[in-house]
Amino acid sequence: MRWIRQNVIGAIAILVLLYLFLPIAVVIIFSFNNPVGKYNLSWNEFSLDAWSQICGVPGVCSSFVTSIQIGLITTTFATILGTLIAFALVRYRFRGRSSTNLLIFMPMATPEIVMGSSLLALFLNLSFPLGAVTIMIAHIMFIISFVVVAVKARLQGMDPRLEEAARDLYASPYATFRYVTFPLVLPGIIGAALLGFSLSFDDFIISFFNAGTLVTFPIYIWGAAQRGIPPQVNALASLVFMSALLIVLSAQLVAWRKRRSLATR
Amino acid sequence: MPEGVSRIVEDLRLANLTKQFGETKAVDNLSITIPAGSFFALLGASGCGKTTTLRMVAGLEDPSAGQVFIGDKDITELRAFQRPVNTVFQSYALFPHLDIYENVAFGLRRRGVKDVDAQVGRMLELVELASLARRKPSQLSGGQQQRVAVARALINKPDVLLLDEPLGALDLKLRRQMQIELKRIQSEVGTTFVHVTHDQEEAMTMADTVAVMNAGRIEQLGHPADVYETPHTIFVANFLGQSNLIAGKKVTSGEIVEVAAFGLGFKMPASRNVAPGMNIVVGVRPEKITVLDLHDEDKLPAAHNRIFGVVTDVSYTGVSTQYLVETPWGQTIIAFEQNSIVGDRCAVGDQVVLGWAPEHTFGLDPAEGLTSGLDKAVVELESDPEA
Repeated sequence: MRWIRQNVIGAIAILVLLYLFLPIAVVIIFSFNNPVGKYNLSWNEFSLDAWSQICGVPGVCSSFVTSIQIGLITTTFATILGTLIAFALVRYRFRGRSSTNLLIFMPMATPEIVMGSSLLALFLNLSFPLGAVTIMIAHIMFIISFVVVAVKARLQGMDPRLEEAARDLYASPYATFRYVTFPLVLPGIIGAALLGFSLSFDDFIISFFNAGTLVTFPIYIWGAAQRGIPPQVNALASLVFMSALLIVLSAQLVAWRKRRSLATR
Repeated sequence: MPEGVSRIVEDLRLANLTKQFGETKAVDNLSITIPAGSFFALLGASGCGKTTTLRMVAGLEDPSAGQVFIGDKDITELRAFQRPVNTVFQSYALFPHLDIYENVAFGLRRRGVKDVDAQVGRMLELVELASLARRKPSQLSGGQQQRVAVARALINKPDVLLLDEPLGALDLKLRRQMQIELKRIQSEVGTTFVHVTHDQEEAMTMADTVAVMNAGRIEQLGHPADVYETPHTIFVANFLGQSNLIAGKKVTSGEIVEVAAFGLGFKMPASRNVAPGMNIVVGVRPEKITVLDLHDEDKLPAAHNRIFGVVTDVSYTGVSTQYLVETPWGQTIIAFEQNSIVGDRCAVGDQVVLGWAPEHTFGLDPAEGLTSGLDKAVVELESDPEA
């Protein structure tokens, strides 16, 4: 009885973690499969083909690169615009401030299918050629909301006395921003950018409506799923997962090293 | 800061300084001169305008009217970062992303000073934190953070250092220690310190000059002992320490003022009476009163003022004993007695006589009401017959 009581939380935790990581594990494992036929659904034999010829299937790598490019450009614009909006909303009292605060949530609350189709209607009405530009316009629009929310939270959580202290210590308005405000808000901005990139890279519905003939990575996978997904897709997905993991781990490592160097001092 | 000796420090002068927030005047036509190199305490309850005054001197708040001078220089229009004034903020406001060294170096770097390293090193020595230079503020204790905040401000050799409730977040023991520490640092650097606090004991221990503030105005300003021994308003008598106040009428004036109240006569030197009219409030501090059994009344010097009453409460507090004595007219008088007497103390129910010297008596203007300066909650509790 006692043994169960002491270990029940641990057991539940393991189950939850399994639940979370099993799908990812399956994706990684099947990137080493050599499937029989078109569908990579049942294990046949171990193979490194998908990894050694990662661009072996036409369209996989080009769509992957397209998605990365769109993600980077989108994130840059959305982060800059969203950060500026967040500063305006937190720091200034202006007419229409509260309605802006409310409207900024709209893109997050709107179902993607509605947003995707209405954007398509808009672009068609304007006879705007569909392609990378329309996808980026659409992505920037909804990612701005996420950036604003993340940066705003960070700004609001900041002690206003820190900026007063900077001004008191001979920092001009520019220096106060450069040496106090910006460094303190930066983690929020970086977090917002990472989130923005993954949202853009991952987006299928809105991109699908506004892509025209352009094929992004999610669109490629969707198309491939009809005909059988090649294991190269698993390999690329594993790569994405591992680079995300790498970012998290290196951040942890830096923090850990800092702590240790302080403890020994 | 040895080079501080050659520096010319100048007086801080506030002229008709006023701050209005909507309808309320947070600071009301304040005019004071704070001498260079002094330790000045602004004492008052929360909301009395003391912090607003400080922020106007720092340049973090714009005055509605009036000027701030340092020496002959009008700094009213200067912005915070252009003023030769630095602040130790309540809860310190240390930059969390910078280590202790960079926090202290911040002001020097902004002004493009050359020998940052040497100056920061010396300043960290002064506040005894040299070994923690590379820690982040969150890794320090409250007392250490407090010293960083002082160092960060003082390294800029300001003409005036402003301290906004700097010890409020510390526990009692550490607060005592830091009071001594701050006093040491002040005498070492010779900068003018303006200290805002609601803690009367802190203000009295540290400051050369105390200004008691109430509702945006200064009630009384002077050396701590003078303000305590001779309060000029009922607010000060009640806010700074405790006082027994008895309302009466002037009988004779001259060198000695005599006041009649409840059939008794109280004398005081005319110099200790500030009431302009016939109505006078007689005041005495609790520790000035001698408590004697009624049979021992002849032991009191003849010139002493005296009140008769019944002891209703005796509490032993270690250093002293506190007596509550009810007078025939129903007022409760507080008296402290040093625990240095030999023999029996008075007990509850004893008939006693309370005596004190006329030189310990002060006379006040009753216009503002006898409860001015008392904690409202305490007043309500005491006037409630059930309690």
